[in-house]
Amino acid sequence: MTSNLKRSTAAAAIPGLNAETKPESLWRSSVQRLTRNRSAVVGLAIILLTILVAVFAPQLAPMDYKTQVLSDANTAPRWVTQVFPVMRPADDGGYVKINETYLLGADRLGRDLFSRIIYGTRVSLMVAFVGPLVALIVGLTLGLVSGYVGGWVDNVIMRFTDIMYAFPTLLLVILLMSFFRSSLGNVEPGTFAFQVGELDRASGGMLFIFIGVGLTSWMQTARLTRGQVLFVREQEYITAARAIGSPTWPILTRHILPNILGPIVVAETLTIPRYISFEAFLSFIGLGVNPPTPSWGAMISEGAGAISTYPNQAIFPALALFLVMFSFNFLGDGLRDALDPRMRGIE
Amino acid sequence: MGAFIVRRMLQMLLVLFVISLFTFVVMRAVPGGPFSSEKSLPPRTLAQLEAKYNLDEPLVMQYIHYIGDIAIPHITENRLENSVLNDYLINIYIPVVDRTFRWMNFGPSYKSVSQTVNSIIKDTLPVSATLGIGALLVALVIGVPAGIIAALNRNSRWDYIAMGVSIVGVSIPVIVLGPVLRYVFGVQLKWLPPTGWGGIEHIIMPAFALGFAESARLARLTRASLLQVLNEDYIRTARAKGLAERVVVGLHALKNAMLPVVTTIGPLFAFLITGSFVAELVFGIPGLGKFFVTSITNRDYPVIMGTTLLLGFLVIVANLIVDVVYVWLDPRIKYD
Repeated sequence: MTSNLKRSTAAAAIPGLNAETKPESLWRSSVQRLTRNRSAVVGLAIILLTILVAVFAPQLAPMDYKTQVLSDANTAPRWVTQVFPVMRPADDGGYVKINETYLLGADRLGRDLFSRIIYGTRVSLMVAFVGPLVALIVGLTLGLVSGYVGGWVDNVIMRFTDIMYAFPTLLLVILLMSFFRSSLGNVEPGTFAFQVGELDRASGGMLFIFIGVGLTSWMQTARLTRGQVLFVREQEYITAARAIGSPTWPILTRHILPNILGPIVVAETLTIPRYISFEAFLSFIGLGVNPPTPSWGAMISEGAGAISTYPNQAIFPALALFLVMFSFNFLGDGLRDALDPRMRGIE
Repeated sequence: MGAFIVRRMLQMLLVLFVISLFTFVVMRAVPGGPFSSEKSLPPRTLAQLEAKYNLDEPLVMQYIHYIGDIAIPHITENRLENSVLNDYLINIYIPVVDRTFRWMNFGPSYKSVSQTVNSIIKDTLPVSATLGIGALLVALVIGVPAGIIAALNRNSRWDYIAMGVSIVGVSIPVIVLGPVLRYVFGVQLKWLPPTGWGGIEHIIMPAFALGFAESARLARLTRASLLQVLNEDYIRTARAKGLAERVVVGLHALKNAMLPVVTTIGPLFAFLITGSFVAELVFGIPGLGKFFVTSITNRDYPVIMGTTLLLGFLVIVANLIVDVVYVWLDPRIKYD
């Protein structure tokens, strides 16, 4: 902020400069503020790195994530046994068989932990991006209609939103997931439900997670959208558009939507860590991805049972989950500070 | 104010009704039933079981019966047949007519033998609530002082440390912090038991795992709120008239800055009780959460319904209390 201040005073002091200095655009100053925020940049860097890991998982992973080598089950390299003193190696009077082929050790089915963590980025990142998207689509649609149409439609939609708000979200997700898992799992082929079930199986169980998590998180988006629409609706350019006879749909999509999207997308970004931990929790209780698709939540769940004997099996995926959530929180915080007009002028 | 509370109560009933309907529909849409286990029962036994629990009726009638058992009060004999079918939550003896007023029968559990939803909740809710209160204490004891210190030493080392820790805090879900705590303090250092329930030593780790993230949120809220208040005119006035900084902060600033913090405690508590599900599963604690998850896989309909209604009720009541407390704390707010 200080540099801006200096520039503007300098420009005011020299009249000739004033014409040449372009006014800073909102977007550019936002990007500047974001890149000056060191923690946000670190978060962004880690997220980009994670995306690369997810995309190139087959190239990066030293082993296949589902191949079970039962003779290597619960083995670990020496450095892991040194990090976790509980895991005394077998050649030192303990019970852990040393096996250097697995970087972080092997799980109880003899699968490479490191490769599974690498593939696990896929599920977490997919949920991080698609979950908010589902919430955005549902929330935006309802909010737009509610705010623009008004009247009893508004009333009905908002009361519905209130009710969904009061619903204990965790319970609702668990209910919905068990409904998806068991009822769309075995329907006769050819029906729509069957196709959806197939799609879910093809995605390793991720589709239902997207739907389940998205369907329980749209309420805030809907409220925010409605508030924004109510404000924008009264602006003169909307009156003008209506005056020249523009139908409702183009007014909504071409005039209102572009003007309200910014703050809503930022608000949605801030919720990303919640989606990641939601998925992890669902997989933790066994309602998430289908095995053997690796998900950090499922890995933590499997490892937590053996925490007193093989802590590496739970701790490593837990660290991965933490790192990704941490980066999204860093980035989200930076974004909010950069784009929130109320923050301008402070500091 | 009275009218406001009454109206909110009526709204609450409506919301609970919709929650119950919604849960009922989703729950019954899931194929399989409570008695379709691996070793299938003989058809006659199955029919008898279903008749016992009214499962042979049309769905609409089942729902009406279920809601009726909860909502409609009964005046009955003082002694009822000892059965899981008539366990009422509220039993009040009326001396004049020598009968008993009974209300709120949430039904039997289909799976846990000789248990009713009421008895399950009586057993497990205290466990979840204890955990929730513990987590709330952790959140308050760490979060509020950290936020105050950060705000009073703005942009100092303490501020950065507190805010740095808090962003780490909000990034650690229970399923991450839980296993890490269990390993470090339960397995490696052996300071606390890694699993189980019973004594105070069993509460510490799960409460911390559950409350830490919330303490981080509270710290940020406290900091932001206090910073805002410190910019107010009346703080400048207090300083200008020469009050000690201790008095300015402690008496004038904190009182107002705590307003948003106090009002989050209600929903936070409701959230922590629901959230204790996760901690219960991570630490193997026999609370409401474990029952809920198993009741879903077991298709134990009354338990699913009862738990959802109970938690929905807690969330709504917490929000109502917040609205009321808000008016009490801040006279500028009025509800019509």
